[in-house]
Amino acid sequence: MADMMQFDLVSPERRLASLQVREVRIPGVDGELTAMPGHAPLITTLRPGVLAVAGAEGETDYVVTGGFAEVTATGVSVLAEVAHPTKNVTQAMIDDMVAEAHRLHKEAGPDLVDAAAKTLADMVALGGRIGLEPKLP
Amino acid sequence: MPSLKDLKNRIASVKSTRKITKAMQMVSAAKLRRAQDAAEAARPYAERMNAVMSGLASGMAGAENAPRLLAGTGADKVHLLVVMTAERGLCGGFNSTIVRLARAKANELIAQGKTVKILTVGKKGREQLKRDFADKFVGHHDLSEVKKMGYDVAQRIAKDILTRFEAGEFDVATIFYNRFQSVISQIPTAKQVVPASFDDTAGASAQYDYEPSEEGILADLLPRGVATQVFTALLENGASEQGARMSAMDNATRNAGDMINKLTIQFNRSRQAAITKELIEIISGAEAL
Repeated sequence: MADMMQFDLVSPERRLASLQVREVRIPGVDGELTAMPGHAPLITTLRPGVLAVAGAEGETDYVVTGGFAEVTATGVSVLAEVAHPTKNVTQAMIDDMVAEAHRLHKEAGPDLVDAAAKTLADMVALGGRIGLEPKLP
Repeated sequence: MPSLKDLKNRIASVKSTRKITKAMQMVSAAKLRRAQDAAEAARPYAERMNAVMSGLASGMAGAENAPRLLAGTGADKVHLLVVMTAERGLCGGFNSTIVRLARAKANELIAQGKTVKILTVGKKGREQLKRDFADKFVGHHDLSEVKKMGYDVAQRIAKDILTRFEAGEFDVATIFYNRFQSVISQIPTAKQVVPASFDDTAGASAQYDYEPSEEGILADLLPRGVATQVFTALLENGASEQGARMSAMDNATRNAGDMINKLTIQFNRSRQAAITKELIEIISGAEAL
């Protein structure tokens, strides 16, 4: 089928998903992008956000905290260090992630503080987006 | 000549040893399956990561502003050897083969006038290297508390390596581990992780667009690459350890079986000898009357 493509989501420990999809919305570091079959070859790093996968049987969302995505005309593979299906993400997990980002922000040296602040903001936005209340420590 | 009671005790003790080795073998077999599955599951990530990175790296090679993790520090003076072994013994030559390879490498580097630093992962390697290289140790990672080998462990080790690299503590880092070939064969392997080296440079860097930029992605990926390689090594090591233990325990079980047979024959012979002796005594006593 020309309007479907292969989608792989792998974490270092296992393959989380491998299926045929229509489109994938990727939280790229320079902004969200949607990959559909026939997309120009692209490699992008990810920021914390929601990875939305539209397959034959509806849409699945994953929360990713970083990694990178490789897009080709025939498929998308996402290599994420941490990825969870959104419906499995609990308030406690978001709190942990935000707390961790907050800690990094505090500890970051002058050259890294901007990046850490951005990560923190992304984390908070991510929590809000999936309907949980990220609390700031 | 040991008495009948001694023989009986020895047979009983070897029998219980056999029970233990048999149990260890079966436990290892179960763990091996799990370790192999884990190694298998981690492969797609590592392969993809390696492919993308080697593509990027071949494009960046020789560039002036190449990241230090790729280009190195420009020097080749101080080598960090990361020796990964198990936390437990009783697994045949598993720990010794890694240590032997690491020791040979360390001696070779020292002979070339280079400085060697050693970071140990796992208790057994540290114990074996302590005699020769105790003054070279810079750190140790204890894995005895680790129930399940997860990516976070690899990240912790990689972070330690990278922090030392940032601090200028070494120029080249090599990890030592056993590559899992089969249950009876594990290959001690040395792999250079800093500066990054790639097996194949057949990457397809030209045909991709990069976001943000090639340099940005590479700078982001290289530290992850170190963690991924450490993780792969840990998993291979885990599978190798169980494989080595399984075959070592299989041998031990078989040896115990042979020993029991031998002792049983000896036991039966001396029991028969005692009976014969008693009979002769009775008969010759009766004849003398």
